[in-house]
Amino acid sequence: MILYELIEYDILRVIWWALLGVLLIGFALTDGFDMGVGALLPFVAKTDVERRVAINTVGPVWEGNQVWFILGGGAIFAAWPPLYAVSFSGFYLAMFVVLAAFIVRPVAFKYRSKRDDAMWRARWDWALFAGGAVPALLFGVAVGNVLLGVPFYLTEDLMPMYPGNFAVKFLIVLRPFALLAGIVSLSMLLMHGAAWLSLKAEGVVAERARAIGIKAGMVAAAGYALAGLWLAVGVDGFALGEVPANGPSNPLYSEVFRGGSWLSAYAERPWIAIAPILGFVGIALAVMGLRAGREVSTLLWSKLGIFGIISSVGLTMFPFILPSISDPNSSLTVWDSSSSHQTLFIMLVVTAIFMPLILMYTAWVYKVLWGKVTEAQVTENADTVY
Amino acid sequence: MEIGLVELSRMQFALTAMYHFLFVPLTLGLSILVAIMETVYVMTNRPIWRQMTKFWGTLFGINFVLGVATGITMEFQFGMNWSYYSHYVGDIFGAPLAIEGLMAFFLEATFVGLFFFGWDKLSKVQHMVVAWLVAIGSNFSALWILIANGWMQNPVGAEFNPDTMRMEMTSFFEVLFNEVAQAKFVHTVSAGYVTASVFVLGVSALYLIQNRHKDLARRSIAVASAFGLAAALSVVVLGDESGYSASHTQKMKLAAIEAMWETHDAPAPFTAIGFPDQEARETHYALEIPWAMGLIGTRSLTKEIPGINDLVAESENRIREGLIAYDALMTIREQREATPQSVRDTFEAHSENLGFALLLKRYVDDPRDATEEQIKMAADDTVPGVAPLFWAFRLMVALGFSFIAVMAYFFYRASFRNMQFPRWSLYAAVAIIPTPWIAAELGWFVAEFGRQPWTVDGVLPTALSASHLSIADLLITLAGFLIFYSVLFVIEVSLMVKYIRKGPFQDVEATNDWQERHEARLRAETTSPTLATTPAE
Repeated sequence: MILYELIEYDILRVIWWALLGVLLIGFALTDGFDMGVGALLPFVAKTDVERRVAINTVGPVWEGNQVWFILGGGAIFAAWPPLYAVSFSGFYLAMFVVLAAFIVRPVAFKYRSKRDDAMWRARWDWALFAGGAVPALLFGVAVGNVLLGVPFYLTEDLMPMYPGNFAVKFLIVLRPFALLAGIVSLSMLLMHGAAWLSLKAEGVVAERARAIGIKAGMVAAAGYALAGLWLAVGVDGFALGEVPANGPSNPLYSEVFRGGSWLSAYAERPWIAIAPILGFVGIALAVMGLRAGREVSTLLWSKLGIFGIISSVGLTMFPFILPSISDPNSSLTVWDSSSSHQTLFIMLVVTAIFMPLILMYTAWVYKVLWGKVTEAQVTENADTVY
Repeated sequence: MEIGLVELSRMQFALTAMYHFLFVPLTLGLSILVAIMETVYVMTNRPIWRQMTKFWGTLFGINFVLGVATGITMEFQFGMNWSYYSHYVGDIFGAPLAIEGLMAFFLEATFVGLFFFGWDKLSKVQHMVVAWLVAIGSNFSALWILIANGWMQNPVGAEFNPDTMRMEMTSFFEVLFNEVAQAKFVHTVSAGYVTASVFVLGVSALYLIQNRHKDLARRSIAVASAFGLAAALSVVVLGDESGYSASHTQKMKLAAIEAMWETHDAPAPFTAIGFPDQEARETHYALEIPWAMGLIGTRSLTKEIPGINDLVAESENRIREGLIAYDALMTIREQREATPQSVRDTFEAHSENLGFALLLKRYVDDPRDATEEQIKMAADDTVPGVAPLFWAFRLMVALGFSFIAVMAYFFYRASFRNMQFPRWSLYAAVAIIPTPWIAAELGWFVAEFGRQPWTVDGVLPTALSASHLSIADLLITLAGFLIFYSVLFVIEVSLMVKYIRKGPFQDVEATNDWQERHEARLRAETTSPTLATTPAE
């Protein structure tokens, strides 16, 4: 089949790099508020009815939202197999923790209100809290690690290897800069969850959410600024030698140098400064919106802020996807760790057909479910809601 | 056998995959049964059918969520525990997984929330459409997963690229229309339909025994037995189709399942029962049915089915061929663009046997250094464990046929004996509830254990596929999964039991309302005996 040559290999790689961003952002924007609501649960809702209101704001949609995460995994597998292979196994125990959170969270949503037993419900509430807060933190930690560089190297057979035993590998994940990134992502998603609760809940739950959301937004902005400074002075960047953008996907074919700063990207491509600006503007407006009690616009500003922050990471690192500190030449970049030309093309066609459909029916579902979840609704429909 | 990294990784995969498949079959079948019930509700407007939809829908939901949750493990475990596999075949294998997300999983997950929360927000027809979208999404999901799995059994439409050291896709259509995948898909979803039918049948029988919810139970049996009968027939027919395709795609698996040590003159006999002995390579006390194997496997009287001994000899040849490819590959890797065309041609000519050379990696770092003895050992490795396959397969087939009998019986009683079921049959229906799960797990065991020593048949050995983690990593996660999954299983079953005990929510008002209108209609038009014969609830 020659059809796939309609689009050049390097262009397809850039498109798939962008789509990787779209999926991660889609995940953060949708499942992000589910995680935020979970992490906020013990603080915004004290009584059982309040908790049920908070849970039912995301009750009908978390399942679809979570697919962004699963599709993210599948798309990385299909479009960036080396990234999938190295990152999932390299962060093995951290991935296991995330996995546990993503298993326990659905079950907690579904089973929590199926028994009228305070102890049972308290346990599931705890699971919802951990299932929201832990991945929200760890996703940021993972991004921080990617910026710092990850300890792995590839053998001549392209077998990923990870120096150190399991404890060393797990602890290195928790380097200070990575923890800061984790705090940024956790506070960002707390703000997002608060914006969602302010829109979908009312009364005391919404009020408490707004109060926490304002603080979380400020922490996110401050942490993001601090992380930027840290990148400027305390983190070595990576630089890629000459590599053909159309070449085979073999990371060992390219040379990578350490040193300099990631932020030199802003000197080479000044336009990318738009991303961090959007990040700050979005958060600032979301915080102001929470303060003023605006609902729909606040959620949109919160989304813009998240969009800005996540895309700033990708744009800063381009063309790097997963740099290696053990052997910089093993680093994965856009030009040497994608799928084949044909697979990228086929996956693009499939995505171009189904992504608009997904967005359309998802929008329809949100429209059907539009409106606030009230205490009355929850108590009257105790059999059908969570 | 020494328990190393690969064995632990396999154990974890087997544990999590088989656990996942405790929930999947019920999701596949119950989603459709619920959608059928809701369709009847929309067509007849009778509250009992709405009640059935909600009741079975609740049980569906309790099961569905664990299917989703444990499915995430499956999607991520390839990267976590099988990183070399992921690198080596991700170019092909990743695509169906991603398409599954785009085309199927998004659909089912987005609408399943609306199914439970949308009763008051949607019109009746809209809600029915939502139920069908959930069912379609679930079943499409199975399609893409089985295309991925089918490719592991029969890796078509791909070739090895020496520059990237991995398999790459050459034809998406071959991957898509892989005959193994298509037969497997229908076989697997049909097994799911049987599972759900047996489940609905068993729970309904329990209600009849307990003398409660009889209207719901009788109608449920009528739907489940009709659907289940069609599905049970389909499982067996497509299972036969899988066997037929294995006779030319996975000869070793077929020979191992049948414990066929020697190539027999066509048409080969079928060993119904016997005791396979892998050491001696013979089957003791074999009870043979003449001709049957030849007919099933080749659908002819003249084609031979190769036995294990001949296939091992063939493997040995392929290892030697593979070594030529491996040698050429090493030259290509060193010299890259400077490689003489003749070396590339040599590689091309032998690359289909490269995987066989990789079997030697278990014994030596560089397969070219392998001794004669190691080559023999690697050739012997291509035989999977015969006795477990032989027995698992026979038990699965016996269960498969018994489901046809069960479904046919209940279908007959439901359709022609006025829904009267003898008490013994109701007890039997309750007792057999676990059997379709056993059959399904055995089926996966045969498919996956029978593929050993390969992750991708003839392409990539299992021993090479695993991530280079530490044993401690594996022990931590294996223990974690074991504890975590056991707790979830207990909770799930306890909730199922609770909701089955509780029974359907009976909307008395709506039922009485309907009854009045129904009687008024009967008085108005005395010529509608079909409606009059079934009592309203």
